[in-house]
Amino acid sequence: MKKEILKLRGVKVHFPVQAGVFNRVVGHVLAVDGVDLDIFRGEVLGLAGESGCGKTTLGKAILRLVEPTDGEVKYISLDDNETELTSLEKKEMDPFRKKLQIVFQDPHSSLNPSFTIFGSLQDPLKKFGIKSKEERRKIIGDLLEAVNMRREYMDRYPHEFSGGQRQRIGIVRALCLEPELIVCDEAVSALDVSIQAQVLKLLMQLKKEKNLTYLFITHDLSVTEYLCDRIAVMYLGRIVELCDSEDLYNNTLHPYSEALISAIPVADLDKQTKRIVLEGDVPSPVNPPKGCPFHPRCPKATDICKTEVPTLKKYSTNGNEHYASCHLIDLPEIS
Amino acid sequence: MEDKNNIALSVRDLKTFFYTNNRCNKAVNGVSFDVEKGKTLCIVGESGCGKSVTAATIMQLLPTLSRIEEGEIKFQKDDKIINIEKLEKNGKEMREIRGSDIAMIFQDPMTALNPVYTVGFQISENLKYHTNLNKKEIREKCISLLNDMGIPLPEKRVDEYPHSYSGGMRQRAMIAMAMACNPKILIADEPTTALDVTIQAQIFELMDKLKKENDTAIILITHDMGVVAELADNVAVMYMGNIVEAGTADDVLRRPTHPYTKALLESVPVLGRGKNQDINPIKGSTPDPYNRPIGCQFAPRCNWQTESCDVMPEITQINETHQVRCHKYEQFFEKYK
Repeated sequence: MKKEILKLRGVKVHFPVQAGVFNRVVGHVLAVDGVDLDIFRGEVLGLAGESGCGKTTLGKAILRLVEPTDGEVKYISLDDNETELTSLEKKEMDPFRKKLQIVFQDPHSSLNPSFTIFGSLQDPLKKFGIKSKEERRKIIGDLLEAVNMRREYMDRYPHEFSGGQRQRIGIVRALCLEPELIVCDEAVSALDVSIQAQVLKLLMQLKKEKNLTYLFITHDLSVTEYLCDRIAVMYLGRIVELCDSEDLYNNTLHPYSEALISAIPVADLDKQTKRIVLEGDVPSPVNPPKGCPFHPRCPKATDICKTEVPTLKKYSTNGNEHYASCHLIDLPEIS
Repeated sequence: MEDKNNIALSVRDLKTFFYTNNRCNKAVNGVSFDVEKGKTLCIVGESGCGKSVTAATIMQLLPTLSRIEEGEIKFQKDDKIINIEKLEKNGKEMREIRGSDIAMIFQDPMTALNPVYTVGFQISENLKYHTNLNKKEIREKCISLLNDMGIPLPEKRVDEYPHSYSGGMRQRAMIAMAMACNPKILIADEPTTALDVTIQAQIFELMDKLKKENDTAIILITHDMGVVAELADNVAVMYMGNIVEAGTADDVLRRPTHPYTKALLESVPVLGRGKNQDINPIKGSTPDPYNRPIGCQFAPRCNWQTESCDVMPEITQINETHQVRCHKYEQFFEKYK
C-alpha cells in the first residue's frame, strides 16, 4: 500500500510586481498557480518543465523557503499524523525542517567559501541537539564516506573541490539530519555529463540505503525518465500532466509534454524522431493567456481552449493512473 | 580523399597555449580538422577540454595572455587560401574576414548583446563595415534578417533594445547578426546551452535551414551528445586539448573506437530507453590542466589503461573518414563490434 508523505492542495505562490515611486503593487507573478500533488513514501517524483514554469518555486514552497500565498501543504508522518505546514509558526516548523531537506542547483554558490566543510555542515547538527563535537565529526565523516569522499575532506574549504565534489557535499548537507524527503532542485544540471552520471548513481544508491523520497526537479526529461517513478510536467505554474514515467513517454496525453519530449535531442542515431517545433516563447506568468495557458503555442488548439481553463482530470493508461489537463483528450475520464 | 574545393576551413596541428602566473596551460595541443562546405562539424567535449578556445583561435579572439604556438588555419576565400594564424589579430585583413566570412554565435545571448544599443543597430554594424549598402538598404536588410529568424513584427522589433527580447529571441538576433553578411563559416559556441529545449528546437531548425540554403559550413561546439546525433555530419571528440576521435556522425556514434567517446555515450541517460537502462559514470574527474598525465590524457580515467599509455598515442586512420588517438583501439573496437 502506498502511503503519502506530502499532500499539496491548491498551492499558490504569487509574487507581487511593484512599480512607480511608491512601489505600488501593479500585478502578480503567478509563479505557482494552484497545484495539487501527492508525494508517496519511497518514490522518486520528477517535476519537469521549462525555465520559468514554477518548478523551483514549488519545491521551495514545500519547504517554506518561500511562503505559499494560498493552499495547503500537509506532511503525513509514519504513524499517520497529518500536519499542515503552511500555518505553522516559524519555531513550530523546526522539527519538520529536519525531515524535509533540499539539494540546491548551483554547487558553487550554495557553500559558504569562508567556512570549512565541517564548519558549514555542523550547524544543523548543533541546532538539532548533537552536543559533542566528536559526534558531529563522526556523523559528517561517515556521510562523506557514503558519498565516496574522504573523511579528511571535512577540514577543507569549498574552493578546493570540483563541481561534482561540491554537489556531493550539498547532498551530505541534506542527508546529515536523516531526512525523509529530499527536494533535488536541478541537482545535476550544472555538472558535466561524466560527473552527472556519478551523482545520479549516488542518489539512487542513497535512496535504497536510507529509504528516501525524492522530489526531483529538472528540465532534462531524459534524466527524469531514468530516475523517476512518476513525473509531473509543469507549464506556467500548473501541472499539465502527471503519470508514471513510462507512460509519459509511451502514452503521452498532453500536447505540451509531447512537444517537450520530441524537442529533446537523443544521443542515438536509430531513435531520431520528428521534432515538434513550438511557436514563440513561454508567455509571461504575470499575465497568462486566457483559457488553457498553453493554447497560443499549441498546434492542436481549438476554440474551447481559448476560453475555458482545463482542469487536471484522471485517466487510465496501461492500467495506471494518468492525470492530464487538456480539453482534447479522447480517453474516458475516471472519477 | 575529399575534394579539396569542398573544404572551407582546414586546421592543422593547431596549438594554443595560455600563460598565467609563469605557468603554461596547453589548452589546445595539436588539433587538426577540416570543415566542409554545407556540412556541420560538431566539436564535443566536457568543460575545459579546449573546444571554445579552438573556436576563439579560428576567430583570432584570444585573450592577450594566450597565443597561437604552432600549426596553421587555412581558410579558403574565393580561390585564395588565407593562413589565418599569420594575420595580425586586429589587422585589416583579419577584420575583413571576421564577421563577414567567418561569423560566430556566442554561448550566452544575455551577455553577448550590448544592452545600450538597439538590436537593429548591432546587426547593422556588421553590414556597415562589410558591405556597400546605404543606410536605407541596411535597415531593410536588418528587418528581413529578423523576419527570416522568425521574430514577430520585425519592423518594430528592430528598434528595440535587447532587454525587451526573450532568451530565445536574443539568440535568434545573434544568429541574424552572424548571418548578416552570408558567412562561409558559422561558428556556434554552445548556442543553445542557456535555452530551453523547445526554444533549442527552434534554433536548430533555423540553423538547418541556413545550412541548406546558403551552403554555410557550421562548426557547432557542444557538450551534448544528443545535439551531436541530431545535427552533426562530422564529429570531433575533444579531451584535454586533443581530438581523441573524429569521423562522420555514423562512425563516431555507432562505432565509437575511443574509450572516452564510448564512456561519454554511456554516461547519459537516453530518452526512450526507460528506467532499466544502465548508465556508467566515468571514474574520477578531468585532470588539472597544469598537472597533466604524461602520456594519453585520458589514461588515468580509462578502464583500458596499460603501460603503453604513458606515451601520447598517434592519430590512427581507421578508414577514410574515421580517425582515433588511442593505443588500444583495435582491441577496443573488436570487443564492442
